[in-house]
Amino acid sequence: MRTDRIFGLAVVLGALAYIASAFQLQTSFLSDPVGSRTFPIIVGSVAAVCGLVMVVSPDPEPDWPHGRTWARLGIAVLVLVGYAYALRPWGFVLPTALAAGIISYQINPRPMAAALTGIGLSVGLYLLFKYALGLGLMALPRDFPG
Amino acid sequence: MEIFANLALGFSVALTPFTLFLAVVGCFLGTIIGAMPGLGPSNGVAILIPLAFTLGLDATAALVLMTSVYYGAMYGGRISSILLNIPGDEPALMTTLDGYPMARQGRAGDALVISGVASFFGAFMATIGLMLLAPMLARVAYLFGPAEYFALYLLAFCTLGGIASNNQAKAALAAAIGLGISMIGLDNTTGMPRFTGGNLHLMDGVDFLVAIVGLFAVSEVFFFIESHGRGSAIGVKLARITIPVKDIVNSGWTMVRATLIGFFAGVLPGAGASLGSFLAYTGEKAVAKDRDSFGKGNPRGVAAPEAGNNAAAGGALVPMLTLGVPGSGTTAVLLALLMTLNITPGPTLFADRPEVVWGLIASLLIANIVLLVMNVPLVKLFVRILTVPGWVLLPMVTMISFVGIYSLSGSYFDLLLMVAFGVMGYFFRKMDIPTVPIILGILLGNNMEDSLRRAMVISGGDWTFLFSSGIAIGLWVAAIAGFVAPMFLRGLLRKPQAITD
Repeated sequence: MRTDRIFGLAVVLGALAYIASAFQLQTSFLSDPVGSRTFPIIVGSVAAVCGLVMVVSPDPEPDWPHGRTWARLGIAVLVLVGYAYALRPWGFVLPTALAAGIISYQINPRPMAAALTGIGLSVGLYLLFKYALGLGLMALPRDFPG
Repeated sequence: MEIFANLALGFSVALTPFTLFLAVVGCFLGTIIGAMPGLGPSNGVAILIPLAFTLGLDATAALVLMTSVYYGAMYGGRISSILLNIPGDEPALMTTLDGYPMARQGRAGDALVISGVASFFGAFMATIGLMLLAPMLARVAYLFGPAEYFALYLLAFCTLGGIASNNQAKAALAAAIGLGISMIGLDNTTGMPRFTGGNLHLMDGVDFLVAIVGLFAVSEVFFFIESHGRGSAIGVKLARITIPVKDIVNSGWTMVRATLIGFFAGVLPGAGASLGSFLAYTGEKAVAKDRDSFGKGNPRGVAAPEAGNNAAAGGALVPMLTLGVPGSGTTAVLLALLMTLNITPGPTLFADRPEVVWGLIASLLIANIVLLVMNVPLVKLFVRILTVPGWVLLPMVTMISFVGIYSLSGSYFDLLLMVAFGVMGYFFRKMDIPTVPIILGILLGNNMEDSLRRAMVISGGDWTFLFSSGIAIGLWVAAIAGFVAPMFLRGLLRKPQAITD
């Protein structure tokens, strides 16, 4: 109940913002009868109506996870974001081993298994991508010592 | 006969050793992907698209590889349904109803063989149906102008939202979100940026592959973290596999009926394989004399949904190839593949690139035979794959997703966007907001807007032009009916929930 109401409200506000920014769109001299604003405004209006419906008649509350699980999910998101930033400067092998290991640990908290998964996946996938598929991946940072 | 000439052309493409090799690899990978709990046709195909793209395959080869994966995943989905009572993908849900009880009675091998044969029958017949129906529909599609296309896109969103979801408002919202995202980037007509917030990375728009991989594959990781990877079972036992000839013969008519139902469910834009298997199962149960034994391990209860969902998988290719409108989540992913390969689906595809269309059809026929061989005698091999635990599988899927998306653009921004879509997918699936309309919106948004604008250019701004032809009116009526009718039929067409122990 509450989730749908809050989310519906957020959708309405987001849709209004979307419509407002559609009105600000620059039009060029090469315009057609519809123009570049109409379609986004229609789409935004549909979304706003749907948001209102969710506020008025919400579904039963979804089955949300509890405290510890939220923490594990949060860690996973942070790891993935970090991985996205690390992939280019640090090469493939080290960030992958770390990220895969941590995610594996979040699914099944056994340190040994997670560490082996991380190392195995990073080396195995590197070999697969580099030699079987021929992707131009960098294994290690360019200025890696040694 | 024109069709035989076309088929000959198709087989001349498909029977080259390299294409054949790709079909076999695709079938093998697909069956593995389908069998793994948590990976199905849509996310399996999605994570492989960027890789297929970077391999530098030509259009036909890439298409053959990915559709083999698609068909393979449809076959493979039944394995975990039967053995673990966990559908490998959504369409395989109905197979759990009788497949798992059969496995508990010690007839897992029989259930796997029957469902394998049923899958083959459904998929093979549907491919033949595709062969007959698609060129006809392609001819009709020449009559489609911008007004008709606009109505057709609307129909796809309406039926997808109406039939495949539990809440109309949420389905429509998902479509609107997808369409809204597709507006980001340069306006096709005027060349001015829209909704980029001044961010250069967004100038090109949001790549649909980023959204697909995020929503379908990365979000799965979060679900596994939440459930601690339960569902990846270890130690599945399977006795010697024999062929239950009697059961297969007994369910012959079942397969025929289920294939017909499934194929037509697949052809409807937006309906897709889940609906096909659902209708096939309920239809079969309704006509059966031994209705009570359904749900308790009736072999026909295994044959019907499998024939139905594989027939629907073939049927879903008809609107995708001829009109460019996908009939299901997975065909939406295949449409993304076509667009990545710079192939525009539609009637002109049949005239301009016959080698692509007929090569694809011929390789589907070959893929089906390969799949039958793989899935009946070799099924034990795939059963072993089920024992790969979630804490290895999901990190692997994530890393492949990252490398795939990274290899497309080499930009960390797309990776961040993918993670954001993953988080969004997790919350939306929790809240029962369907994610397929989002993908469809991102894929079709620009085409939909373009056809609206083109229609208005033709008519000089007269909005009644949208309803000016019989085809357009028919599509509008179907769209409204497809969206509204399920609200009243919901009590009747309740989706069955998986049985629990």
